Amino acid sequence: MSPLRRRLLFGIPLALAVAGGEGFYIILRRMQENDYDPHALPSPLIGKRPPAFNLPGADGMQGFSNTDLLAPPKPMLVNWFASWCVPCLQEAPMLMKLAKTGLEIWGIAYQDHPKDLANFISTNGNPYTRLAADASGLTAINWGVYGVPETYFIDKQGIVRWRYAGALTDDVVSGTLQPLLQKYA
Amino acid sequence: MRKLLFVLALVPALAYAQTLTRDGVTLTPAQEARAEDIGSQLRCLVCQNESIEGSSADLAKQLRTIIRQHVVAGDSSKSIMNYMVQRYGIFVLLKPPFMRLTWALYASPFIGIILGFFGFWLMRRTKAEAPAPLTDADARRLDELLK
Repeated sequence: MSPLRRRLLFGIPLALAVAGGEGFYIILRRMQENDYDPHALPSPLIGKRPPAFNLPGADGMQGFSNTDLLAPPKPMLVNWFASWCVPCLQEAPMLMKLAKTGLEIWGIAYQDHPKDLANFISTNGNPYTRLAADASGLTAINWGVYGVPETYFIDKQGIVRWRYAGALTDDVVSGTLQPLLQKYA
Repeated sequence: MRKLLFVLALVPALAYAQTLTRDGVTLTPAQEARAEDIGSQLRCLVCQNESIEGSSADLAKQLRTIIRQHVVAGDSSKSIMNYMVQRYGIFVLLKPPFMRLTWALYASPFIGIILGFFGFWLMRRTKAEAPAPLTDADARRLDELLK
């Protein structure tokens, strides 16, 4: 056996195993750092405007339609949530904190009952400038929402730049949302 | 004759009489079969390894209703799949289409086969050469050892 062939026979499988191990290691490490979620899906809405909709207001607040999102004066968030959703409850203080910094957040209550929603808002505070209700959940399907909470970042041209599925955490806000706010300011 | 005509006139009605209601939509068995076929090719996004047809999540139920409404309206299966892909992306398809993102996935069996042949070829080419014939001293020693 020539030394080159011997080296290839030994080296190729070893290199493959090392590359595979390295890949898994990177995935696991990034998962641990909350940098990567294998269940997260890219939203087809990114780079586009939200689909046509017109939702009534909820809890005595003004609702909104897609035309209200065409050209916000500064970047804003649309937050899908529900009073029955546990991560939404965890996310509530973060939304309040963000609203206090002057970030415009509009809410859409997904398949919620008016009474439960009012209760949720009075208990957890109201970070929303406008609050609409999607009682049927059909607008959510058009947006591609597959669970609550989901947060959409909309720039000044009314274009969706980012979607986050799950409760907004400190890591997500400082790691992704703040840079986006600077980029699209 | 009139009786026969009357019965014949009722025959088309039979097709409609045999309807069923699934997820809040009334449809014929053929339509239901088509809806099930579509739903079983789509991923439920709540429980990601189940199909929309097989999942008990609320969202899946709602999507089943939408599929059936489109089927009853006469939309093609392809346009219904497109409706879902537009909203949820290609991940909603349980069988991913062949595209830039997925070509490596489809090519992987062939790449594996090619690598296998390459390895096999390396092994064959590297068959060990026959050892040099034993010297008389070595042969004597071997005989000694094997005694």
